[in-house]
Amino acid sequence: MNIIMLLVWILILFAVVMLHVAYATYFERKIIGHMQVRVGPMRVGWHGLLQPIADGVKSFFKEDIIPENADKPTFLAAPIICLVAMMTSLAVLPFAKGWVLADIDIGLLFIFAMSSLASYGVVLAGWASNSKYSFLGGLRSMAQVISYEISMGLSLVGVMLMAGSLNLTQIVEAQGDSFLGMYLMPQCIGFFVFFISMLAETNRVPFDLPEAETELVSGYSTEYSGMRYAIFFMAEYIGMMVMASIATICYLGGWNGPFEVALFPPFWFVLKVYLFMFLFIWIRATLPRYRYDQLMDLGWKLLIPLALANIVLTACFRAILA
Amino acid sequence: MSGTISKTIEVPVVDGESERYSLRMGPQHPATHGVLRVDLELDGETIMECNPQVGYLHRGFEKLAESKTYAQALILTDRLDYIAAMSNNIGYCVAVEKLLAVSVPERAQYIRTIVGEMSRLCSHLLWLATHALDIGAMTVFLYCFREREILLDLFEELCGARLTFSYPRIGGVRQDVSRYFVDELQRFLDMFPAKMEEYETLIDTNRIWLKRTVGVGKLSGAEALGLGLTGACLRGSGVDYDIRKHQPYDAYDKVEFEVPLATEGDIYARYRCRMEEMLQSVHIIQQCIDQLPPGPIVGPDAPDLVMPFKAPARVEADAAAFGGGLIKLVRDQKLYISGDVYVATEVPKGELGFYFISDGNNRPYRMHIRSPSFIHIGALKAICKGELIADLIANIGSLDVVLGESDR
Repeated sequence: MNIIMLLVWILILFAVVMLHVAYATYFERKIIGHMQVRVGPMRVGWHGLLQPIADGVKSFFKEDIIPENADKPTFLAAPIICLVAMMTSLAVLPFAKGWVLADIDIGLLFIFAMSSLASYGVVLAGWASNSKYSFLGGLRSMAQVISYEISMGLSLVGVMLMAGSLNLTQIVEAQGDSFLGMYLMPQCIGFFVFFISMLAETNRVPFDLPEAETELVSGYSTEYSGMRYAIFFMAEYIGMMVMASIATICYLGGWNGPFEVALFPPFWFVLKVYLFMFLFIWIRATLPRYRYDQLMDLGWKLLIPLALANIVLTACFRAILA
Repeated sequence: MSGTISKTIEVPVVDGESERYSLRMGPQHPATHGVLRVDLELDGETIMECNPQVGYLHRGFEKLAESKTYAQALILTDRLDYIAAMSNNIGYCVAVEKLLAVSVPERAQYIRTIVGEMSRLCSHLLWLATHALDIGAMTVFLYCFREREILLDLFEELCGARLTFSYPRIGGVRQDVSRYFVDELQRFLDMFPAKMEEYETLIDTNRIWLKRTVGVGKLSGAEALGLGLTGACLRGSGVDYDIRKHQPYDAYDKVEFEVPLATEGDIYARYRCRMEEMLQSVHIIQQCIDQLPPGPIVGPDAPDLVMPFKAPARVEADAAAFGGGLIKLVRDQKLYISGDVYVATEVPKGELGFYFISDGNNRPYRMHIRSPSFIHIGALKAICKGELIADLIANIGSLDVVLGESDR
């Protein structure tokens, strides 16, 4: 019985997240459109509201092209690895008090593990396509993930030190429900490092090198078409949502807000996640792209030292206050 | 033929030295500005060898011109640099006028200067748009298109075309400017410098933009001269060479303007040069509007004639007398001088030269076009050696090449 209930919850979560992913694309296109003196999608439905559905249907019926010289099993598996890894990390996210599928004690580590696994999908896609642009995209992705995973992990150590736990629910509860309890202020260096690493981890502008359109055509996904391409796309957006959720949980106090919303406890959580989504999009509309070597410079020479300094500072303050 | 293609990508290491990786970038690539193909030899992402290949857009214009009269060959020049067609038209007309010793009335000279500079603005706006997009700044792209749209609308008001104008003609221009055109242009000039600031706030103060452009694609003045670069690419390296200033044509000797120079010779310097040039263009157009003299728009000795205002019946009768063609072509051979001439004009991309050999006929015996894009593409090989793929893209954008002009 328990298992069936769990499956039902998983299904509900899956459906809700997929819907959010679909409308995140709409959200992005509309916002970027208005920032760029355009209007964005307008044709399908009122103000283009049905556009994501139309896109989904379209990619579902498109031909699934597999290059003749591709490494077929890997080629087919790569997008699925991406999607599964990203989807799995949703399981440990607490959307509100008690609204979590798996309340495990190493939630944060689990998410790291999953997001690293997702990058395997990207690397394998680049390798398996047997195409030069894809290959370069895969290489870039590998280098980027390795360097930014470190700074991201280190930046969150500060949060772990302050909360004294890796359990995401406990991290939120440790921040209390007042505005002052949020880790945003005491962990401002950590947040800065985390935010930049988060952009890099999700391959968003200005770190969208693995799929840099003007350099590598479409990077690792050059040879993908139809639904397989759409799966990469979904994985990217779920990745954005997961990262935004982590930022919300670790720095903005999770589901806590100025007042309780009676019928829908995750209200504040969703609002904060969308705030980050908006930041993602805003940055995409504003910034140019880094170069490969500059990206590495930034990661190793600025972010990692900063994150280490943050750990030392946090640890010292903890030791003094405790 | 799939059997001949190897199944795996051969990358890695032989005897401690990495093997080179060859990548054929283009002709179908989002950032090679048309159909440029660049054959790259890579070591990781570093470019060891870079061989630009052109010819995918070859349409044989130089040969085609030999079978057209001077007036007819004008339309071919529209299709050279299709982003600044008006400048090509003017360059062609100036060259033919010199060959045929045709005079241009003052009003036509001013109008040509106006449309030439508008064309420069169009071209530079499109350059900025695509250059920024290449480096990843997406929003600048659409902002530039917003302003370019106004200019294209003005061109449409002037001559009915938005891309291929054929507006200047040998000995003048085809139609006079309307009051509406001048007013709208004035409104554009008043608003444009503020828009320039808008672009600059987006990219000029942006750390990432500076990192991508400062010190990348460096060329010294001597190198730039040696590679035959012209236009902003040469001026970005500190060489003061602008045909508008040094061998003025049309009304450029009657207006005041500065030639923007930079000394660094990198992508940022070229970017700054072009941005300053846009402001200078605004300045030039403003003076031309203020000084625009009255008078005819076509010289008395122009070799083809503007269609006069007539009742339709008269036009048909006239056309019949000339074998059905609506534009009356002078068949008087005496007008055409034999000899050769090379005339260069400053188009947005650099120095556009037309070389004619005339055997006294009403069509060129040989027409050669010295197109700046072709020569700039040649410079890629020297600039990009040892840089990264991302820099190659930035450099292509910075050299501002158009393949229609390169391949002719």
